[in-house]
Amino acid sequence: MQAFAYASPTTLQEAVALLADRWGEADILAGGTDLLSLLKDYIHTPQRVINIKGIKELGGIRKTPSGLRIGALVTVAELLANAEVRAAYPSLTQAALGIASPQIRNMGTVGGDLCQRPRCWYFRLGFGLLATKDGRSLAREGDNRYHAIFGNQGAACFVSASSFGPPLIALNAKVKLVGPKGERELPLEKFFVTPQSEAEREIALRPNEILTEILVPPAAGVPNATYEVRQRQTLDWPLATASVALTMKGAAVAAARIVLGHVAPTPWRAAEAEKVLAGKGLSAAVIQKAAEAAVAGATPLSGNGYKVQLARVAVRRALEAARPKA
Amino acid sequence: MSTVKEPPQATTQPKGRVSRRGFIGGVGLGGGALGAGLLPLPSAGAPAALAGPGPVAVTLTINGKTHKLNLEPRVTLLDALRNYLDYTGAKRVCDRGTCGACTVLVDGKAVYACQILAIDAQGKNIQTIEGLAAPKPDPLITAFVNNDGLQCGFCTPGFVMAAKAFLAENPNPTYRQVSTGFGGNLCRCGSYNGIRRAILQAAKSAQGGTHA
Amino acid sequence: MPDYSWPAPEKRRVMGRRTNRIDGLAKASGRARYAYDVKRPNMLYGAVVTCPYAHARIRSIDVSAAEKMKGVAAVHIFDGSAPGTEVQWAGYEIAAVAAETEELARDAARAVKVEYEVLPHFVHEQDLAKAAAYAKPSGEQITGDPDQAFKEADVVSEGFYGTPVICHLTWETHGQVIEWKGDQVEYWPTTQAVSGIGNELAKTLGLPPANVHVMQDHMGIGYGSKFSPDRWGIACAKISKQTGRPVKLFLERRVEQEIAGNRPSHFARIRLAAKKDGTITGWESQSWSTGGMTGGGMPPIPYVYTQIPNQRKNHSAVRVNAAPQRAWRAPNHPQACYLTCCAMDDLAARLGMDPLELFKKNADYTARPAVYRWQLDKAAELIGWKKLWHPRGDKTPGRLKRGLGLAVNTWGGAGHLSNCRCNIHPDGTVEVELASQDLGTGTRTVIAMVAAETLGLPLGAIRVKIGDNRYPFSGTSGGSTTVGGVSSSTRKATMNALEKLFALVAPELGAKPEELEAANGQIQVKGNPKKAVAWKAACKKITGGPISEMGQNDPKNPMGLNTGNVGGVQMADVSVDVETGLIRMNRLVVVQDCGLIINPKTAESQCFGAAHLSVCAALYEERILDGITGRMLNPDIEFYKVAGNPDIGEIIVHLDIRPEHDKRGVIGLGEPPVIAGIAAIGNAVTNAIGVRIPVVPMTPDKVLAALERRSA
Repeated sequence: MQAFAYASPTTLQEAVALLADRWGEADILAGGTDLLSLLKDYIHTPQRVINIKGIKELGGIRKTPSGLRIGALVTVAELLANAEVRAAYPSLTQAALGIASPQIRNMGTVGGDLCQRPRCWYFRLGFGLLATKDGRSLAREGDNRYHAIFGNQGAACFVSASSFGPPLIALNAKVKLVGPKGERELPLEKFFVTPQSEAEREIALRPNEILTEILVPPAAGVPNATYEVRQRQTLDWPLATASVALTMKGAAVAAARIVLGHVAPTPWRAAEAEKVLAGKGLSAAVIQKAAEAAVAGATPLSGNGYKVQLARVAVRRALEAARPKA
Repeated sequence: MSTVKEPPQATTQPKGRVSRRGFIGGVGLGGGALGAGLLPLPSAGAPAALAGPGPVAVTLTINGKTHKLNLEPRVTLLDALRNYLDYTGAKRVCDRGTCGACTVLVDGKAVYACQILAIDAQGKNIQTIEGLAAPKPDPLITAFVNNDGLQCGFCTPGFVMAAKAFLAENPNPTYRQVSTGFGGNLCRCGSYNGIRRAILQAAKSAQGGTHA
Repeated sequence: MPDYSWPAPEKRRVMGRRTNRIDGLAKASGRARYAYDVKRPNMLYGAVVTCPYAHARIRSIDVSAAEKMKGVAAVHIFDGSAPGTEVQWAGYEIAAVAAETEELARDAARAVKVEYEVLPHFVHEQDLAKAAAYAKPSGEQITGDPDQAFKEADVVSEGFYGTPVICHLTWETHGQVIEWKGDQVEYWPTTQAVSGIGNELAKTLGLPPANVHVMQDHMGIGYGSKFSPDRWGIACAKISKQTGRPVKLFLERRVEQEIAGNRPSHFARIRLAAKKDGTITGWESQSWSTGGMTGGGMPPIPYVYTQIPNQRKNHSAVRVNAAPQRAWRAPNHPQACYLTCCAMDDLAARLGMDPLELFKKNADYTARPAVYRWQLDKAAELIGWKKLWHPRGDKTPGRLKRGLGLAVNTWGGAGHLSNCRCNIHPDGTVEVELASQDLGTGTRTVIAMVAAETLGLPLGAIRVKIGDNRYPFSGTSGGSTTVGGVSSSTRKATMNALEKLFALVAPELGAKPEELEAANGQIQVKGNPKKAVAWKAACKKITGGPISEMGQNDPKNPMGLNTGNVGGVQMADVSVDVETGLIRMNRLVVVQDCGLIINPKTAESQCFGAAHLSVCAALYEERILDGITGRMLNPDIEFYKVAGNPDIGEIIVHLDIRPEHDKRGVIGLGEPPVIAGIAAIGNAVTNAIGVRIPVVPMTPDKVLAALERRSA
């Protein structure tokens, strides 16, 4: 870990003022579960670390007429303990339970989960986010068993590591970002981006912005679920996940949102699968068809074809879990 | 081939850091710089003080005792406990928030001491295995011994601390809860059977535990 | 000479009882001091600079920037890392720095500038055709007439099987604290060789062995990787000498994973010839393995069933640019077991036979047919083989398929050379001293139990002093030889000391010394507890210093106190989700013979732990090297996966302590139960899904690929 100056502001304005307008100079510290690893591995070598945990307004879960407002500093454990989340957002609860370490749940925050860096082993060894060496793509030509099967046509082959990105996008959540010029709101779907060059990041947050809260629309009458395929029951990264949120009209799906996780550089909307479901009842045959449609466009790399099947199964099982009980 | 130098008098700040003043100046909170369509911020406050990168005063409350240290902000709580104090019960194994050997309780919650900066643990109630062991061993510790929930013992303090937090939330656990839990701790010797029995026994010996 | 033989089972008061380990409280309280916890006044912290290339020539090393950094006390270039050196694996140690704090040491390590000429590397040995240029055949071995056997066979079964390189991943990483004062070196290593490691360090440093004082109270796993001071030990000592200060130098996890120990891979194509009734008549194998630049030797195949009459064996050692292998708990046995027991399981399927029957039918090819047959039946009973076993491919509907599998093991494990000194003080205090070590196996406790048993005292009356090379020499802890060695030497030392005490007490009791015994805290006339002197009173007769007697276990003449050669059987019960390829452990049954058991509690823990390691290797563990960069991609505990509590299912241990095993004496139990689990789990998965996953770990990609092959 390189030495850095440290600040623990208590207001958002102070925190923003301490950020830099270029990546690499300052880092935001919240739960620390990812940042400290990045620092120890010299993947991030900031001159300044700004601990935002002292900013009270970034905490708490609040029910509002427009849905649930989740502060960026809400921990995974707090999310799990929240009655409103438990009642209406099983997809969030299931994603949180997938983070199998109680310690990580106590430390890690929802905002941090959305902002965490990819776990691509080439990236973590210092070969850069796009993992290139002498002009060769290490992920494409090397060991890509844990890499992307969607959205990998460009330079990026890593997968988004976020647990809450897929269910929150399925729920049509927005994020609020605050920078020196004020605040802006972004659909979470637009928050995740696929970088084209090493200078870019995998999120639309600007270097001098702070993700402050997540706004989740009401989910009453919107069955939702997350299914995660993880090799170990112990703390382990998922191999593929699927989150679904279904707007029902009687027994039929009026509109579906299906988002895959850990299969692409961003959480991955399965638009074709959503179309399959529109206007249909959730029969086994329809679910199967949707699962097939979800992976129809997959472009697996040399060593990760198996993830196509895992994604297919995840979609099917998430839909089965969300399907209203007759 | 080696070269040797005399020990320096004191640890000082690494060179070559960006000037603090210039850095802040470069960002600034320009009052009139609001872009169209963006909501204005409430009035700007004074910038928070920067500490470091050299050693700064850090006060930690460990097992109820106050310790005043001089630490660089980058020092983790685990390294503060082990290197700068003498709490060596928490172990450094993965040092990346995976294995749980460094588990301590901060304000009653189990956390990985390797992924917390010591400076960030100020003002909090830090409990380590040493606090659980003295003046008299917590019954959970005794249960680990009685059930041979340990072999080499290197993961054990972390496991005990995780179990302490678990039992605080689940005073009456089922075998299934115990055998499918503890995903945040790893034991390389494979003492899991003994650990499960130990946790159930500790729950049973405390009031309310009946499933064991 | 006293009769050293172990008391009959019914007479044992301490031995054979389930006993808490005597250092358990210290460990569970965080009080136990490991080398990693040692802190000396004015101590420097070290950090190591390693080579990031799998094959390179060092062009230059520039330490000037590092030296100038404040807080840096020394920068040391490793012996064998001078410019011009050709480095053959990533992680190779180049330089070490020592600084006032660990943080500053790491800064300085980053400031050491090394230039390399990068050379081509080779790191993947699994495909022998592609590895041909790096493979060195060791010559064909032939027994009997394999050609004739295969010609006459009713059935020939063929298969490919493999186990990759895995790492030791010792929870306490490798390293030490060294304080060099004058001509004396104080040395706190983490080691399996308290008696030996100091001599090795002394030899390298040109010191008399007596000048190196080794101290180790506890250690956090060795698994065979911690016998030598290693290059980092030498560097640490030299830096300590040069700075005149104590130095702590431990490897970071990443470096530990890259260089501080791995177990060789083993791959093989195997053919088996058999008669219709299941009698195996022939074996053919083409095997290959790597343990780094030296390749890897032939595994002991066919395993356990060594006497298969007609055999042809070829082996190639494949050289890869990776750090050298080290002994890994039961060297080569888990791999050989996997190759053999999977091939036999495939043969049983080919014959349409229950593998349990095939393993029993051919037991005459083993060294201990009756033992294996009994153990196979016992394990079958414990797992419910008759009820649950089915021919390959669970036909029940649904996505979860369940299966059973089995495998067998063997190990030597006779006691090593061990010396023990027993001191009985006039105040009644008893000390037993051995320069041995407790790896977490319960050695300390076993020593105390033997002494307490022999002296008729409670366990708490014995002070066990180990972990210091100033105590009498006792062997390294490798090959499951420790418990046999230390129990025997302790038995002898305590009996010898007791004999002296008897001589002092005999006149008062009006008996001859040989008519006395120690029991229940007193010295008494044999069989007459009323004619007795209490222990403390007896010890008061000791004058002119304590009674201090030695005892030795001589491996050439263990006098019936210990021996080797055990057998075991493991059976696995798994469920496989055929949609995701995820494998869940239901149960793993461990049946193991192990001679006379001193402490059933810690003996069982050895089996639990070993079984868990089998789950790790069968399902999760592998060293992943990158073909392009030559780097280890998972030098961590995140993608180098090991099983956690929720992953291991239920482990059921049955120690085979029938009288005929007890009377063989003490036998080590460290390695035997770590061997058979991987093959048992592999065979169980095959039984569940109807198709073989040839190479472990059985990750979802491989399971799904196998299922695809089956349906194709």
